[in-house]
Amino acid sequence: MHKSILASGVAAAALFAGAGSAFAQTEAQWWHAMGGELGEKLEAVAEAFNQTQDDYRIVPVYRGTYPETLTAAIAAFRANEQPAIVQVFEVGTGTMMAAEGAVYPVYQLMADHDKPFDPDDYLSAVVGYYSDTQGNILSLPFNSSTPIMYYNKGIFEAAGLDPENPPATWAGIEDAIRQIVDSGAANCGLTSAWISWVQTENFSAIHDVPYGTLENGFGGLEAEFTMNNEVVARHWDNLKAWYDEGLFRYGGPVGGNDAPPMFYSEECAIYMNSSAALAAVVANTDFEVGFAPLPYYDDVIDPPMNSIIGGATLWVLQGRPEAEYEAVAAFFEYLSQPDVQAAWHQDTGYLPITNAAYELGIEQGYYEANPGTDTSILQMTRVEPSENSKGLRFGSYTQVRDLIDEEFEALLSGDKTGQQALDSLVERGNRLLREFEAANS
Amino acid sequence: MQTKRTIFPNKALPYLLLAPQLAITIIFFIWPAGQAVKSSFEREDPFGFRTTFIWFQNYTRLFTDPAYLNSFGRTMIFAVAVTLLSMAIALLLAAAVNRLMRSGKLYTTLLVWPYAVAPVVAGILWWFMFNPSIGIITYVLSQLGVTWNHRVSGLDAMILITIAAAWKQISYNFLFFLAGMQSVPASLNEAAAIDGAGPFKRFWTIVFPLLSPTTFFLLIININYTMFDTFGIVDGTTSGGPAQATNILVYKVYADGFLGLNIGSSAAQSVILMLIVIGLVFVQFRFVERRVQY
Amino acid sequence: MVENRPVLTFLTHAVLILGVAIVIFPVYIAFIASTHGPGTFLRGVAPMLPGEHMVENYSRMLAAGHSTSGAPPLWLMLINSTWMAIIITVGKISISIISAYAIVYFKFPFRTLCFWIIFVTLMLPVEVRIIPTFAVVANLGLLNSYVGLTLPLIASATATFLFRQFFLTVPDELMEAARVDGAGPIKFFKDILLPLSRTNIAALSVILFIYGWVQYLWPLLITTDTRYYTIVMGIKRLAAYADQEPQWNLVMAAVMLAMLPPVLVVIFMQRLFVKGLVETEK
Repeated sequence: MHKSILASGVAAAALFAGAGSAFAQTEAQWWHAMGGELGEKLEAVAEAFNQTQDDYRIVPVYRGTYPETLTAAIAAFRANEQPAIVQVFEVGTGTMMAAEGAVYPVYQLMADHDKPFDPDDYLSAVVGYYSDTQGNILSLPFNSSTPIMYYNKGIFEAAGLDPENPPATWAGIEDAIRQIVDSGAANCGLTSAWISWVQTENFSAIHDVPYGTLENGFGGLEAEFTMNNEVVARHWDNLKAWYDEGLFRYGGPVGGNDAPPMFYSEECAIYMNSSAALAAVVANTDFEVGFAPLPYYDDVIDPPMNSIIGGATLWVLQGRPEAEYEAVAAFFEYLSQPDVQAAWHQDTGYLPITNAAYELGIEQGYYEANPGTDTSILQMTRVEPSENSKGLRFGSYTQVRDLIDEEFEALLSGDKTGQQALDSLVERGNRLLREFEAANS
Repeated sequence: MQTKRTIFPNKALPYLLLAPQLAITIIFFIWPAGQAVKSSFEREDPFGFRTTFIWFQNYTRLFTDPAYLNSFGRTMIFAVAVTLLSMAIALLLAAAVNRLMRSGKLYTTLLVWPYAVAPVVAGILWWFMFNPSIGIITYVLSQLGVTWNHRVSGLDAMILITIAAAWKQISYNFLFFLAGMQSVPASLNEAAAIDGAGPFKRFWTIVFPLLSPTTFFLLIININYTMFDTFGIVDGTTSGGPAQATNILVYKVYADGFLGLNIGSSAAQSVILMLIVIGLVFVQFRFVERRVQY
Repeated sequence: MVENRPVLTFLTHAVLILGVAIVIFPVYIAFIASTHGPGTFLRGVAPMLPGEHMVENYSRMLAAGHSTSGAPPLWLMLINSTWMAIIITVGKISISIISAYAIVYFKFPFRTLCFWIIFVTLMLPVEVRIIPTFAVVANLGLLNSYVGLTLPLIASATATFLFRQFFLTVPDELMEAARVDGAGPIKFFKDILLPLSRTNIAALSVILFIYGWVQYLWPLLITTDTRYYTIVMGIKRLAAYADQEPQWNLVMAAVMLAMLPPVLVVIFMQRLFVKGLVETEK
């Protein structure tokens, strides 16, 4: 009784005090690409922000996969129906940066609305990927991740492997997956999400081989691909050999949708995917999961380089009413708070974006209580990045990703060797780069 | 063109009656088609800030692009496979129903409803049955020693979309074959039977030749169907993969334009597809004329 | 039948039973999948016998949908699909029947040109002119609206031709008599032609309802607001999700619901359906 009187009193007061704002609440759409558990967490973040104040409402809309979300946003922009915020994955960065008239740079947005925004607060490895040549941050880092290796400790034990010491090199992985399958501990040793991102791009960074010219495209639109080197070709050939032997299973194109179920159902013992797959892994498994850095060929490089990030940032699009940008600025300020960041990082497995959030996690004792959860951060920050390991920036890169999948599929079906597939990839990819260069200059 | 012997004399009324149809046609059909022709000669960046006129470059690039020629080839294979498979099964089923009197009605009801299933739904039904890890058909195949994976094998993926597309189309072909067979005069059949021709011989020498207009009509309709109406099947299942193995022309227009944001190339592909449809419609209507005389 | 051949009759039934089985099997499997819990699809083979989660799955999808895969409650999508199918059906029939009336019962300049403009729609299916049509609809501000969902699909050459063919078979004497009675064109259309066209309209409605219901690409392009999602396009989001997180039970519940309305229309209005199909396509 008391409660309801109080509640109606509060409601009436709110109505009174905020008559203007309560009715004129500004809605801003946020198109994103996070389905499943991550989507639930993302919706919770938006909802939490909406609860903190009455003036603005951020409305998350799921638009499918990352490529689908990006292209839907561009189509909507052409039709003048764009959302205020769109979540764009790292490989769309080149496309977004070239579209100056379409983007409202985040540093400018925050300055225009008197919100604090200091690039030094953010992890340097993350910020470098999303800044222009003057060091201005163009989009707000939101969910950055890096691939790691998940493995099923139970299967390791059943196969006679040490569940606490997973192999660190590809040679060790090969022995382990063969032992797993031969011993009957599981039907398959290894599966991987994102052949492009994990087994090609990160693979190149870790082994310090150039992926393209001009510092992997950071130096300009004239860059060309060079991933058809013998290191990558050898790795692809190995994956194909293991595939034929039944040790490795292909998870499908783009994100590799078939890969997670194979790991959850204990078909495959080892699974490589984004550190952000953590939420789904925890939700869908009832066995003990181990975490380890991605393996490397120790005859190519030892110690290995850092891995590169993936995931996405939030871009603000031009052409919305000013009130929506106020809402966006307020939302971004909220997102950058250490406790919001730390909670997001710990719930999802994405990297902590700000130094403060990482330190908060250490202070809370989170990493000690959850061993393995800092695997991704340590792997990313283990060395100073080189030209080959600070990231990629190419135009039309979403389509190049598709080409990577196609060529990898041609390799698996036996139509091409690793070298042939990569040569063809370079040839077709460079054609796309030249078209992009022509359309954007 | 044909009209009535007597007509109403009104001057404005016919235009008024035609106005809604014409307005929609011009705004949503003819104008966009014109736009497609225009942008097929242009290069445009994804956001639409810069447009350059480039003559026939989009076309020449298409016809030197192995991926596009591949898409052409795949589309042909797909169209032929779906048409043959669904028409053969439909013909068999129609011939069977045509032999029956009362129970034929029940069988017809049980056979025609897939017409109402959306292509994307048909795709997903078969996608599920062929799912590499839990699909029931995959399981049966693996017991027979066949490994199925439409994620990797282009052939498997093509078989999958062919089955899904043909499955949905059987009902349509069945109805037309049945209607055709029922219009064959019973006297012809009886006369042949008296001459001692068995049911199989009668079918091939009397019924089937009389069905040739229906068969030809269905050929065109089925090719049209596989080329344009199967978008949902591809989009809901393979998305054109693996390695472009199921990237049929109509899907490629969408993928290059909407997903790849290569507006110029997609427009050039649209124009080529329009020419193909115009060709098909032309053939179809030439045939309808003859059919009316027949 | 000409003669009685028991072996052949047996074979006939065998072929038909096999045919019916092939046609029904995928739907049976989908239905079974929709009655199980999520754990069933983690490993092994999809089940062949019903499970116990049917009510739970269907009520969950209908009431709540699947927001993390971008699907609003299914009842909303079902209502949108129903609206879309009905508006398209009524719209196509209305504008086609009056166009056909104009072409058959009037003589006026540019009549042949008008006829050809309508005819051209046959040659331009939406799939081949996706981007410019999207741009037109966007410029008119029709994205995310029922008008945008339906209006561009309402032009119909086939329906116009069907009515034209039918009107040509209507005896001229009817009209002559009407004119003698002093009936104008509107009255003649309303009192004589429309009642005569009843069966044709009914048959065509069945076909067009299905046409409207199964639309996929168009709603996929022009709706970004979940309030306007139709069930057929919503299925795709669910399927992509099911691949990743094995919740085939929920997806298949949605698939069943997406199939049911038009399939029921075909089964219960079979006579009109067959008539409509055979007449529109010739």
